[in-house]
Amino acid sequence: MKITLGLDSTSLTRRYPRLAILVTLFMAFALPLGLYVAALAIFPMNTPERLDAMAWQWFGYDLAASPYRYIVYTVFLLLVAFIAVNYTAIFGGVSTWVERRVAGRMQSRIGPNRTGAAGFLAWVADAVKMVLKEDTIPASADSLLFRAAPYFSMVGLLLPFVVLPFGESTVVTDMNVGVFYVTAVTAFVVVGILVSGWASNSKWALFGGIRGAAQVLSYEIPAGIALMVPVLMAGTLSMQGIVRAQGGLPWEWFVFRNPAAFVAFFISVTSSLAEGNRTPFDLPEAESELVAGYHAEYSGFRLAVFLMVEWANMWIMAGLAVTLFLGGWQVPGVTDEMYKSALGTGLVPSPLWFALQAASMLVFVIKTWALVFFFIWLRWTLPRVRVDQMMSLCWKYLVPGAFLCFIVTLLWQILVPPAGVKITGIVFTLFAVGLLVKFLRDTRRNIDRVKGDRVDLTNW
Amino acid sequence: MAEAIREYFGHITDVVKTFWEGLSVTLSYMLRRPITTQYPDRTEKRVADMLPSRYRGILEVDMAVCTGCMACERACPIAVIKISTDKDPANPKQRLITQFDIDESKCMFCGLCVEPCPTGAIQHTREFESTMKSVDSLVFRWVPDPEKPVPFYRPVKGQDAPRAPVGEILRKRMAEASWIAKPSILVPDGPKKE
Repeated sequence: MKITLGLDSTSLTRRYPRLAILVTLFMAFALPLGLYVAALAIFPMNTPERLDAMAWQWFGYDLAASPYRYIVYTVFLLLVAFIAVNYTAIFGGVSTWVERRVAGRMQSRIGPNRTGAAGFLAWVADAVKMVLKEDTIPASADSLLFRAAPYFSMVGLLLPFVVLPFGESTVVTDMNVGVFYVTAVTAFVVVGILVSGWASNSKWALFGGIRGAAQVLSYEIPAGIALMVPVLMAGTLSMQGIVRAQGGLPWEWFVFRNPAAFVAFFISVTSSLAEGNRTPFDLPEAESELVAGYHAEYSGFRLAVFLMVEWANMWIMAGLAVTLFLGGWQVPGVTDEMYKSALGTGLVPSPLWFALQAASMLVFVIKTWALVFFFIWLRWTLPRVRVDQMMSLCWKYLVPGAFLCFIVTLLWQILVPPAGVKITGIVFTLFAVGLLVKFLRDTRRNIDRVKGDRVDLTNW
Repeated sequence: MAEAIREYFGHITDVVKTFWEGLSVTLSYMLRRPITTQYPDRTEKRVADMLPSRYRGILEVDMAVCTGCMACERACPIAVIKISTDKDPANPKQRLITQFDIDESKCMFCGLCVEPCPTGAIQHTREFESTMKSVDSLVFRWVPDPEKPVPFYRPVKGQDAPRAPVGEILRKRMAEASWIAKPSILVPDGPKKE
């Protein structure tokens, strides 16, 4: 007997399973891929000089002398911003789905699996639902600040994309103070949290906002000092410069170059988790204590913006860690000269250059997703820390640890010759691989401990 | 001092060890099969068939082996069962059952009606999905047409009553009565106003 529900018989995707798979594939691959291709096409040409050359060569128009020069340039910049914002929104949505599926399996559940193939479209449905909800503003709230707060957070999320390198040339601009810029603008997120907490005129929201401020201000210090370690090793603050100082192979990454950087990597990741309000540091929105914390009074589109910021921030956190410590977009075996020679002198680079760029973007995206998965995994492993634990972790352990890493790195840079760095790189890589193998064996043992359990990835 | 230093570094090693073990445990659960049963449409068998064999679901009566003793009606503590009998006008020795109604919306699935039944005509099935268009449809009329009454079954000594497999008759009846069988795009009708 075939069991059907009346409701399902009206659902399009249930009636046409192939349509569901097609829509899912489009949303999962074609959409981000299209954005990557657009980024690859537009990002490298967003300098006024290059636009001048293009206008002269293709249209015979002297843009450099034209009064519209900067208007054209601004239009290109807006296009770049459009791509970045859309990418952020899509990443924020997709990561909620990944998070829910991973969380489900870690708790022996399945997670959302009905909307679209494997439930992938759940994030679209959620977003549509959020946008359609009523946008309530509490009567006693500070209306202007209440309405403005989500956009502070959103600005803090979007600004780091200016310097976050997606590939060898796929970066909006390569600032010479890139790392400082990122640490400065990410603080906008906490401005949004603080403002929303204050403007809601609710005790829960205020507690959340104050907690958020205390937390982010504290963790800025170890985060900043830990970020100095790769800066010292590369000798530059520019994000691209730091990536170029590393290599494609693991022992050329900063994280394995010296023991202090290895520790600094974990300090930096922990602090960025705390700055991004991810569990175990989600004190500003602790559900069991503060309802929803700083966004308790928000609904509709504004809540959607807050949630998007929260999830999309993972990309910033992971992308920053990958750029500074894990070799960024460096493809193994591809050197700077190869990019330069493939670029050529013409206006349109050779296909080889585009292929190299695509490879570098792929490497960056894979590394970043791996780290994002690690954040999700961590969230579903650890309970939320208490406020005093959060403070003692920061001031008693991370701050001194970060200072120690800073000093050891200084000495290391002076005392250890380049040959020694290579040896420690290989030793540390082998050590990390050994740890990974031990970890997987422990996991295997944990599975075998329960009689009859085995690795089984079915039941989707 | 030495004690304090030991405690400080002890905390750090504790953190590393517990993170290691905790992450390993959660990863090991991610690699196992979720225990979720995807009711109602993605199960290997119908969920009703996966229940224990003595599950007390919706009542079913096999009228072919019903003796018309009314033991079940008397046993029912909340008067869910209603039976009427009559004499066969053509054959005065033959008695007929003209009505056998069970109101499943009232039934509390206690099983007291099943116990006294001499032939096992009334039985609990494992069916439980009793969503109907209207609550009136939950009155199961086991003699569907009073004009066509069912004769009493006479048990044969030393022989079991030839009862149909439990659940078969009910499933057929439910498929006919169910609004699921004829899906409508709108919500089901409410009960009729009289």
